[in-house]
Amino acid sequence: MSYFHRHRELTPYLLLAPGVLFLTVFFVVPLGFLAYQSLESGNIDFGYAFTWSWGNYWHALRDYRAQFVRSLEYAGIATLLALLISYPVAYWIAFRGGRWKNLLLLFIVAPFFVTYLIRTLAWETILSDNGFVVNTLQSLHVLGPSGRLLATSTAVVTGITYNFLPFMALPLYVSLEQIDGRLIEAAEDLYASKLHAFLRVTLPLSLPGIVAGTLLTFIPAAGDFINAQLLGGPENHMIGNVIQSKFLELTDYPAAAAMSFILMAAILVAVFVYARLVGTEQLTGTAV
Amino acid sequence: MSSIAVPARSRRNPLATTLGFVRRHLLTAYSILFFAYLLLPIAVVILFSFNQPIGKFNYTWQGFTWDNWRYWDGIPGIRSSIVLSLQIALIASIVATALGTLIALALVRYGFRGRGTTNILIFLPLSTPEIVLGASLLTLFLNLNVVFGFWTILIAHIMFCISFAVVTVKARLVGFDRHLEEAAMDLGANEWTTFRKVTLPLSAPAILAALLLCFAISIDDFVVTYFNSGNRVTFPLFVWGAARIGAPPQVNVIGTAIFLIALTVMLANVLVQMRRAKRAS
Repeated sequence: MSYFHRHRELTPYLLLAPGVLFLTVFFVVPLGFLAYQSLESGNIDFGYAFTWSWGNYWHALRDYRAQFVRSLEYAGIATLLALLISYPVAYWIAFRGGRWKNLLLLFIVAPFFVTYLIRTLAWETILSDNGFVVNTLQSLHVLGPSGRLLATSTAVVTGITYNFLPFMALPLYVSLEQIDGRLIEAAEDLYASKLHAFLRVTLPLSLPGIVAGTLLTFIPAAGDFINAQLLGGPENHMIGNVIQSKFLELTDYPAAAAMSFILMAAILVAVFVYARLVGTEQLTGTAV
Repeated sequence: MSSIAVPARSRRNPLATTLGFVRRHLLTAYSILFFAYLLLPIAVVILFSFNQPIGKFNYTWQGFTWDNWRYWDGIPGIRSSIVLSLQIALIASIVATALGTLIALALVRYGFRGRGTTNILIFLPLSTPEIVLGASLLTLFLNLNVVFGFWTILIAHIMFCISFAVVTVKARLVGFDRHLEEAAMDLGANEWTTFRKVTLPLSAPAILAALLLCFAISIDDFVVTYFNSGNRVTFPLFVWGAARIGAPPQVNVIGTAIFLIALTVMLANVLVQMRRAKRAS
């Protein structure tokens, strides 16, 4: 009998140990440090001291309320847009893709093959002041002669929507693909119109995909600062921009740490409210 | 009355099929538009890698040139940033996949106490915004007075890759026939031999998929790296720095090259799958 046979109950823990240890030291412990730092006071020159300084949180909420609200707003709109844009396509691939399904899915994730920053810069080119999008909109009088898209909230939301779209489209596809076509046929046999069959059968059955896609899009979108930085102006800055500059430029660590926690809490609350609204229990199950 | 009702009824069917036809093609037309939208920025990246910009802004089309491709490393710092990105991505994806595969094996094969906690530990990094991941690691390293550089970047990348590796391997291991392992054990193989000769070869595609995914995520990462890089510059950080003063077309060249390599790898994978599916049917 080998060692493993005699100690079978130990095997899973031996398998887990290295990875779990790594995640504990470099994910859980750092969150603890971040929490600790968020309650400190002082500055970089004279050092920080732990003083249960809850004021960091109140000041962050008071001074950067606009950026917090804007982050949730932009992320919310972008998530909704991504859902509306990609649902029909996910449906099309799932039900009409045939043997081309995998190839079409490859096209869906194609943007991910281009470096994130580079594809955002490409949007900067597309939306630039002399670009064809602005020119077309100007000739259609949607935009005034001096109107522009860069440095507006439209540009930032456009960028966020595009950058996180595959996160929405893939889970939608997976849930639609799993639907048994016979259920839809049954609904139609029982005299449901196509629309009715869609609303009562297909849509509810794709709900896990909608939930997973929404979370996978909303969470990174709310914390993003690249789109706001490259496509927006200062008045489009999101909370990510503030956290980034406080940490790396202003070295105001306690304030930045507090903001990071507020962002996380806001996202958790938004996710929780959403989960209650949708009424799904498989929240963690679908996202993983 | 019946003479009216009959043609009206017989007309209903063609009308319905015509509507169905239009509807079906409406969806197809929409999907084509969707893919055009999805691929538009990629086309812009590729196109502007051949641009001959006047001045330092590569925003408007000025003229065609091969020079950016010929002198792809003609910008100071670009080559070293690519080398660093490749080094980090290679090591991080191997380490993260190894650690992640072990966790996935434990989760799929064994019932044990602490399973739920482990699942949450894997799920949390995936549902935490990158900026919080980056910021929390930064505070850890700052408080421990760690010198930022290669090692801090590497640790950060392994950290955010592990969960992706676990999820990828786990998804493929679930449908795995355990009788094969039992058969090996019945034939006298011990657990290590069974693992080496049966489990590992059978889960090789899953491990390869995790490896590729981790590599891709690592080489593309900006946010977490930005917080933990010190003065080292990976390729995305180079792009960020360059974007502030106007990104040179060489950035598009590298972006195009990465895109083409990733596309080739994935396309080969899809074609193999399609051929296998065809043979099976």
